[in-house]
Amino acid sequence: MSEGTSTEGATAAAGAGAHRWPLWEVFVRSSRGLSHVHAGSLHAPDASMALRNARDLYTRRNEGVSIWVVPSDAIAASDPDSKGAFFESPQGKDYRHATYYTKSEGVKHL
Amino acid sequence: MHGGGASLGDSSASATRITPGFALRPEDIALAAKQGTARPGADVAEYALRLGDDALILAQRLGHWISRAPELEEDVALGNIALDQLGHARSFLTYAGSAWGKSEDDLAYFRREPEFRSAHLFEQPNGDFAATIARQFIAASYQFPLYRELAKSSDPMLAAIAAKAVKEVDYHLDHSTQWVLRLAGGTEESRRRMDAGLKLMWPFVGELFEDDPLTAKVGDAGVVPSSLKEEFDRGTGAVLAEAGLDVSGHPMATGGGRQGRHSEYLGFILAEMQVLAREFPGASW
Repeated sequence: MSEGTSTEGATAAAGAGAHRWPLWEVFVRSSRGLSHVHAGSLHAPDASMALRNARDLYTRRNEGVSIWVVPSDAIAASDPDSKGAFFESPQGKDYRHATYYTKSEGVKHL
Repeated sequence: MHGGGASLGDSSASATRITPGFALRPEDIALAAKQGTARPGADVAEYALRLGDDALILAQRLGHWISRAPELEEDVALGNIALDQLGHARSFLTYAGSAWGKSEDDLAYFRREPEFRSAHLFEQPNGDFAATIARQFIAASYQFPLYRELAKSSDPMLAAIAAKAVKEVDYHLDHSTQWVLRLAGGTEESRRRMDAGLKLMWPFVGELFEDDPLTAKVGDAGVVPSSLKEEFDRGTGAVLAEAGLDVSGHPMATGGGRQGRHSEYLGFILAEMQVLAREFPGASW
């Protein structure tokens, strides 16, 4: 096909991609009453295009009724290397669970 | 263009399980035609053929962007729009074909160039990304009010196809509008390209809104093309004004697509689109 110009256009655009679009994290809510769940990430030039790209990438199969996008660098994350200090100290503390306690005699229907 | 079973859509939707949901599918239209519950007259079929050909050729053009868009995300966006258009084409062609005992595949793959009824806009080459966006902006600004009005058609099947299509085209219009504004307001180079893209595509606006004997004959079943022009001018005018772009000086091309007179581009599109079906008739994949 006489499509020389389109290939040329695409190549030029790829070259200009040296300054890349920023990264966004996408959260999708699958139906009313459920919460937004992290679905993945994508590149977009701004928030409104990020929402549209998210619609195209993450709700193609009827997965959602609502989308949030957040700039990836706006998310503060816990340090994956501090797993012990952060997440392992509750281990063995079974008194933090309701099942640790026996029910009082006078309480019925619990 | 091969689909699944011919039963009506999925009704097993629940709040927690993801399902395809219910929507009118080309298979439903073929089934209705076979059962004799919906079959268009000759004029309505010709009219549906025009709408189907517009969407089919545009889908084929847009599909060419897959793996070639500036970013992966845009690759998917254009691919989605292409598939939406292909879906509209399948519905319109299935319905049109039922008047003549032809399937959507018969019409898509085994007609010759002069038998296609698409307007010239849709066969224009992709050019660079801005040229594609210009074509898409015009196409969506035309198809959105068209399908919205066609959803009130006296022909129940055309109304049903349009009611489904208008939701998708609503998004196509939003997508292209966003890009017109961004390219116009981006860098000097992106603005130059957006301007050049509009200059390439604008001459093909006129043909979209030309009335002819067929559009008069279909009456309430169709939409009078010229009746959509004012809304098109207002809608595109507002976006172009915000973008600071001017299309007022661009000349209009002579049309002819509705009579089967096409530019040099359509033949190449058909050669690529039809080669497999013609080389291996009856092949499925």
